[in-house]
Amino acid sequence: MANFFQQVVSGLASGGIYGALALALVLIHRATGVINFAQGEMATFSTYTLWTLTQNHGWSYWPALGATLAISFAGGFGVHQFVIRPVERGSVLRVVIVTIGLLLLLNGAMTWIWSGEVRSVHSPFPTRTIDIAGVAISIQDLGTIGVSIGVVILLGLFFRFTKIGLALRASATNPAEARLVGVRVPLMLGVGWGLATMLGAIAGALTAPTVFLDPNMMQAVLIYAFAAAVLGGIDSPVGAVVGGLLLGVGLNLLGTYVNFVGADLRLPAALTVILAVLLFRPAGLFGKRVVRRV
Amino acid sequence: MTALLELERVEARYGQVRALRGITLEVGEGEIVAVLGANGAGKTTTLRAVSGTVRRSGTIKLAGRALSGGPEAAAKAGIAHVPEGRGTFSELSVTENLRLGAYTRRGKIDPDVERMSAWFPWLIERGDQQAGTLSGGEQQMLALARALMSRPRLLMLDEPSLGLAPLVVREIFRIVRELNEKEGLAVLVVEQDARIALAAAHRAYVLEVGEVAVTGTSADLRETESVRRSYLGY
Repeated sequence: MANFFQQVVSGLASGGIYGALALALVLIHRATGVINFAQGEMATFSTYTLWTLTQNHGWSYWPALGATLAISFAGGFGVHQFVIRPVERGSVLRVVIVTIGLLLLLNGAMTWIWSGEVRSVHSPFPTRTIDIAGVAISIQDLGTIGVSIGVVILLGLFFRFTKIGLALRASATNPAEARLVGVRVPLMLGVGWGLATMLGAIAGALTAPTVFLDPNMMQAVLIYAFAAAVLGGIDSPVGAVVGGLLLGVGLNLLGTYVNFVGADLRLPAALTVILAVLLFRPAGLFGKRVVRRV
Repeated sequence: MTALLELERVEARYGQVRALRGITLEVGEGEIVAVLGANGAGKTTTLRAVSGTVRRSGTIKLAGRALSGGPEAAAKAGIAHVPEGRGTFSELSVTENLRLGAYTRRGKIDPDVERMSAWFPWLIERGDQQAGTLSGGEQQMLALARALMSRPRLLMLDEPSLGLAPLVVREIFRIVRELNEKEGLAVLVVEQDARIALAAAHRAYVLEVGEVAVTGTSADLRETESVRRSYLGY
């Protein structure tokens, strides 16, 4: 039983990371109507920024994280203004291809700037475990769960109660009407990209301590995030987070209790989730079925 | 009467199609002006030219100052445009729609929400309801309330009667008329239903293929043979 709880907690921790990156995908899908294939690479780039600030410039962790988030926001905003906006009016396929190009570009740039060598990133949390009702739980896992859920709640409050948050939602759902009430929609979509990139940075910073930092670090996480976003419903922020947590716990339990799955089949299992959801419930758990008027 | 909105030889096109061929039109302070005409005459395009949602040429002035730029600039200048087909944020709540209406303004909006609830008593009770789940008439009223939240200098309504029951239409025009009488709100309204539009408006313009065909006071237009036959049907 103790093992079961440990697996659930560590599943929630990885699920929180999937959820954060899935939420980033959802934010961009709502704003621009495409899946941003470069989301993982953007998150890795942010993590490298954090690594550079702490290792090469001697910053302590929290200020470095703050600066990384600010840089990530600016970077995401810039990517939207200068890379996505020029092609936004074309077909969806064009934007998708541009994001794939961005993925390759960023991956190459990271190898060029930081070399392909693996780096280790420190965790802000102690590596000890604590004892909760007889079960040893890692503080790293608890911290990861706390941060990812905290960030999601903050973001939810921002969208619900602030003027900019409301304008962002209006821009994503009814851009024409938003402009009529005076919202500068392209600016707001840029802010959406900035926020998504910040979420990616958090996901990257939480992932890095448990694996090693290299230019491909977030590629597997991005697949899990896809699965989480599809499971929750690609347009549902709540769905992305719930999908991430479900997926994290599910994959962990599957790996523990179903012998033939193990660690190697985690990724195929996630892909199976994507396939199954798309086949049997395309709108996901929380998504609304899109009805197109013809 | 001083002019609030002035259009001088305004043209607009969609691709190759010239939708407006030089419209000259005026709305005075505190005036309700109707724009009538058949489908494709350029009624909706006239409003879209004013709010900058269509590319246009010619001069458009609000209170003597030239309007340029897109709909964001028009909203900031004090124009509230309720587009055809309601123009509410269907996925957002009633309250959120009202908050967005006041987007260009600084300061508290509670007094305005209160003011709206005096005109539309059901709004507050149903503040949390998703706008898309309201009935057609309620959505039109919400769109109107949303527009008023910006304390506009000019309200532009595009086909407010479209697809609504006669009773609801009458109610909407009654509210518009009262806002005009009590608060001096200037209104430019596009309407298929000439009868109800002429009953509410002080003056009207009749458009034909992108040009002003006839203009005059509502009382005069009701007596004009061609208007009567084409648009009033008697």
